[in-house]
Amino acid sequence: MARKILFITTDQQRYDTLACNGGILSRTPVVDALAAEGIRYTRCQPTSVVCMPSRASMLTGQYPTRHGAWMNGVPLAVDAPSVAENLHDEGYRTALIGKAHFEPFLDPFGRFAENSLASLGIPTIEQPWFDGRRGPHRGFDHLEFATHGAMGPLHYAKWLQANHPEALSGFFPVLDGDLNVSAEGGGDSGAPQVKFNSIPREWYHTDWVAERTIEWLNSVDVGDDWFCWMSFPDPHHPWDPPQSEIGRVNWRDVDLPENYPTTASEREALLDQKARHWRLWYDGKLVSNYEAPNKWVPATLTADQVREVNALNAVEVELIDEAIGRVMRAIEDRGWGDDVDIIFTTDHGEFQGDYGLLFKGPYHVDSLMRLPLIWRPAKSSGIAPAVVNTPVNLVSLAATFLDVAGAPRAEWLEGGPLPHSDDAAAAQGFDQSITEWDSALFGVDVHVRSVVTKDYLYTEYLPGTVHDGTEGELYVLADDPLQRVNRFADSAYRSTRDELHERLAAHIDRPGLPEHLGPVVAPV
Amino acid sequence: MATIRFERRIAAPADVVWKIVGTPESISDWFPGITSCTVDGMTRVIRLASGIEMPEKILTIDPLIRRFQYQITAPIYRFHRGTIDVIELGESDSLCVYSTDSDPDVLALVIGGGTYGALIEIERLALAQKEA
Repeated sequence: MARKILFITTDQQRYDTLACNGGILSRTPVVDALAAEGIRYTRCQPTSVVCMPSRASMLTGQYPTRHGAWMNGVPLAVDAPSVAENLHDEGYRTALIGKAHFEPFLDPFGRFAENSLASLGIPTIEQPWFDGRRGPHRGFDHLEFATHGAMGPLHYAKWLQANHPEALSGFFPVLDGDLNVSAEGGGDSGAPQVKFNSIPREWYHTDWVAERTIEWLNSVDVGDDWFCWMSFPDPHHPWDPPQSEIGRVNWRDVDLPENYPTTASEREALLDQKARHWRLWYDGKLVSNYEAPNKWVPATLTADQVREVNALNAVEVELIDEAIGRVMRAIEDRGWGDDVDIIFTTDHGEFQGDYGLLFKGPYHVDSLMRLPLIWRPAKSSGIAPAVVNTPVNLVSLAATFLDVAGAPRAEWLEGGPLPHSDDAAAAQGFDQSITEWDSALFGVDVHVRSVVTKDYLYTEYLPGTVHDGTEGELYVLADDPLQRVNRFADSAYRSTRDELHERLAAHIDRPGLPEHLGPVVAPV
Repeated sequence: MATIRFERRIAAPADVVWKIVGTPESISDWFPGITSCTVDGMTRVIRLASGIEMPEKILTIDPLIRRFQYQITAPIYRFHRGTIDVIELGESDSLCVYSTDSDPDVLALVIGGGTYGALIEIERLALAQKEA
């Protein structure tokens, strides 16, 4: 019998939303306990700061420039590598319950399997290439999907539509009449993508994901090995948790974030020293990506809106923590307590008021790039608790899962298994983490590459329609943890820049990359 | 208004490709996610895998220039025009160009994404018919 794996992801959760990472708004005792018993990584980055590319990297162990889902709206090829497939081949039962998003959501044609599954009323589907070996889809035996609301074809939405139709209108309508991300405001402060949701807590998607996970775990034979990806759609916007829960954090009592500049002039001065698209977006003069409301102007964001968003975000984080606690109790009840590895992380971060901004986009700073990552190894593994400060990347997750399972390393992996300690990180050659961004939306092309080392966060903007290839950002992490002072043009850092440039160049030129990646076939 | 255009070079005679493209009833054979359709004169109604039905008005079926044009008339569109051109490059060499003009913009991406897959299917059918 091998170690079992519970892989928990949230969506768009900042590093500092966990108490174990210094967060003060949310109570997260369950995840904090995992961190205390396991390995807490203080410098984990995603391969991309939007959902589809980042999630595809978790599954494939590859960067977007290799797996091909290079921006939201570009599907991961159905025959792309999948760690679930390898685990399936090792005899693991495999499931993904919650948000997948390897394929576009906005799909009225129902062209993608993720959107077809619930419409067909089945938890699995046979693809044309199905041969019984890969599992029904991407190596998963069992799939049940959810996303941020109650509309659309996914399993959670279908369940709510069928069983509790009166609750549908409680959610924030994510898209406007033009199918753009809605800029509508709500709550007490008028913050975008905020709504008081009358849905009872037990019908909300966080609890649904946990309950469906427990149901699946209870269907597994006690002697089976299993890999379960439990994927919560929150705390991604919209911020519309059950209204019954919002009293947990009174937004009027919430302090503004340390990185929120309180005056317009301070915000503008900060943004003006970064690459030009920061200020253009802030002023409402540029929309480079679909994920933030295109009719919303960041300069209009108020301090109260930041407070309210952060309070609701904290409520959603607490609900997730409690849901994880229920799943862990179910695991204990099955007698698996000593044999389950639990890995908790998210796909990317969120500004939540930093620099006067909200949402996300091609902005490579800690707000979006520094992620919570906690690995509680199975007690039977004997791996000691640790705090790892070395930069690591989500691209290492797939290799880690295979390592836990005792499976052979797959040749397509670009990341090695996560280190157990800083000493192990040094021995394994971990000394940097790379994040990519590529987007092309209605004639606006942006291409960004960043590297994080122990000391620096360095970004280059490759030529596109906004940048000419000469712009960049360099932050000294020890002196400037909020990334407010851009040293890119500082001659004192010339040699540092050159060395970091070489690191990015080596990543960009790594061999065997596909010459052409697939086109954008949906907005998200 | 946004325009999305995909094209595909197909190793088949233009007339073979046109026979597929210029037959309105055949769209469910080659447009991924369209499960069926009905054609009544210059009106076509397509049914999607998601269960949605969308009415369309056929604007042009021109075998001389091998152009097929249609307009989705569902109210979600303020404007839509789909244009498929088959251009003869050689005896067994064609270029098939599928353009989508749309207002709202986002719907151009939604439909345009489907046209990318449609061109792959049109090629598959054309090559099969050429061999037959």
